[in-house]
Amino acid sequence: MAIDQLLQAIPLDQLLIQTVNGIVAGMILALVASGLTLIFGIMDVVNFAHGELFMLGAYVGVIVLTATGNFWLALVVATLVIALLGAGIHVIALRPLLGRDPLTTILATFGISLVLQNYALWQFGPVARKIQEPFSGYFTLFYLDYPWYRLVIALLSAAIIGALWLFLKFGTYGIWIRATTQDRVMAQAMGIPVPQVLTAVFAIGAGMAAASGVLFGPLVGVNHAMGVDWVLKAFIVVVVGGMGNLGGSIAASIFISLLESYASIWVSPAQAVIFSFVVLILTLLFRPTGLFVPTPK
Amino acid sequence: MTARRRIGYWMGFSVVLALLIAAPLVLPAFWRSFLTEILIWGLLAMSSDLLIGYTGMVSFGHSAFFGLGIYGAAAALLWTSPPNLWMAFLFGLVAAAAVAAFVAYFSTRLRDIYFAITTLIFSQIFYVIIFTWTELTGGENGLTFRRPALAVPGLFSVPFTSETLHWFVLAVVTLSYLVLRRITRSPFGMVLQSIRENEARTRAIGYPVERYKIVAVMLSGLFAGLAGVLYAIQNRFAAPDFVFFLVSGEVVIFNVMGGIGTLVGPIVGAAFFLLLREGFSRFFTEYYLIPVGLIFIAMVIFMPQGLLGFMRRSLNR
Repeated sequence: MAIDQLLQAIPLDQLLIQTVNGIVAGMILALVASGLTLIFGIMDVVNFAHGELFMLGAYVGVIVLTATGNFWLALVVATLVIALLGAGIHVIALRPLLGRDPLTTILATFGISLVLQNYALWQFGPVARKIQEPFSGYFTLFYLDYPWYRLVIALLSAAIIGALWLFLKFGTYGIWIRATTQDRVMAQAMGIPVPQVLTAVFAIGAGMAAASGVLFGPLVGVNHAMGVDWVLKAFIVVVVGGMGNLGGSIAASIFISLLESYASIWVSPAQAVIFSFVVLILTLLFRPTGLFVPTPK
Repeated sequence: MTARRRIGYWMGFSVVLALLIAAPLVLPAFWRSFLTEILIWGLLAMSSDLLIGYTGMVSFGHSAFFGLGIYGAAAALLWTSPPNLWMAFLFGLVAAAAVAAFVAYFSTRLRDIYFAITTLIFSQIFYVIIFTWTELTGGENGLTFRRPALAVPGLFSVPFTSETLHWFVLAVVTLSYLVLRRITRSPFGMVLQSIRENEARTRAIGYPVERYKIVAVMLSGLFAGLAGVLYAIQNRFAAPDFVFFLVSGEVVIFNVMGGIGTLVGPIVGAAFFLLLREGFSRFFTEYYLIPVGLIFIAMVIFMPQGLLGFMRRSLNR
């Protein structure tokens, strides 16, 4: 009897809708976080400016979209432009820090994030811009008209992450990157141009951030502070999933997004964030190196 | 340490202190409160230097301790009538210490970058709580309250003027500096510095490293809370913006600009940053962070020692 009432109290349809929402949000988060974890795992750089690259990517998307009207072109151009910007940032600000304490890279990228965020505010103003979604079909999910676009985002994110994984696993340059991760000095000795590889990795990570910015743009407005929330969430994901662990951060992204979606059935979305904080604290307590990495003792 | 060096150090200390005491008598009102503000931010940066410079842990969560100091003081000032200065200190310090104990317990399990990120996320937890708990904290609007009088119960009670406020803040900051200096030169402080230099070896010698780190974070949080109380008294409002992680980032910037591991460096860094902000906001208005950020990046790359880094040895003797 009591179990029956408990089952009645759980809104099954809402749970299903939130499951879909959570997976979609989780895939975008995974795209942001995998760029972050790639940069960290390979270069020992904590990229504080990642959220700003995400935001600038969305802005470049807005500009190209208003100029050409083609969403897919905007996606590609934004990715390339921000990847170039990332390469520039790496050459100017991060290459001089090679070989110094990794903590100095946090300081440098924090400075970069301040500059980029205020630049965006100065250039584009405080009013949020809108990216028009490329198509506006709906399908019926219980009482909701659920936009197809959201599912497409999730699939595209998965495809980009999959492509990255294949590239790292089988591509020649991917093998260079992995060799650089394992042993920088040895890789250099084998003739791999390590500084250029690091720049390329930073550019790839930046491009992925920009792509997720454009993809996510239609769901919320584009404004100068949109990166901050994402980078904080991505940091949580990266710590929970294990720093530098691609698979772990994808799993953690989906886990945390699902948790926040379910939580937002009962509390406001602003407070739902606290649930992911709790996950983080529990992870730190019991598995300080992340859920998916064995704890070294 | 030779006697001559010691005399040189204390001479320098007295000269700077005398200048700071005399400053409000000659400066116009704006620069007077500007100087007081520098001292308060300097105290916050100095508290963080205990972690960054002496223990080798970069905290990106000092806004939580600072903010809880502000909100603790705010609670005391709103509840007591007339507002009581010492209750503000008590409440602010207790709030900051409680938060610091909580953060210290969890975050010291991690090292280096992980520690930085964890403290950052902890400060965001408190930001979200303060931002969404509107009934208690006023949410986005924050709280405003009256400035308490400078009072010793049973002796005297006078309202603060901008001069006496400056001297009061200066006294608290100077005392904190002397206490922090004593801490860093004590056996405890030596263990902290050996953790910075070589954690594994410190552990191997037999020191309970985790316990030392927890105490270091708590001490640092306590002084950050003290800075928060002073800030509440000076500005008479509390807002969630002070708990946001950008404040923590600015504290780290003060440290790097001034020179970590010197205690006075962070105060100089705070002064340098606030002066830059003042100067650039005349030309760039609210976008002053663009040039300031560029200067900061350049300093990280070309001048990692900071402005006072060259004096690090002599200041720690």
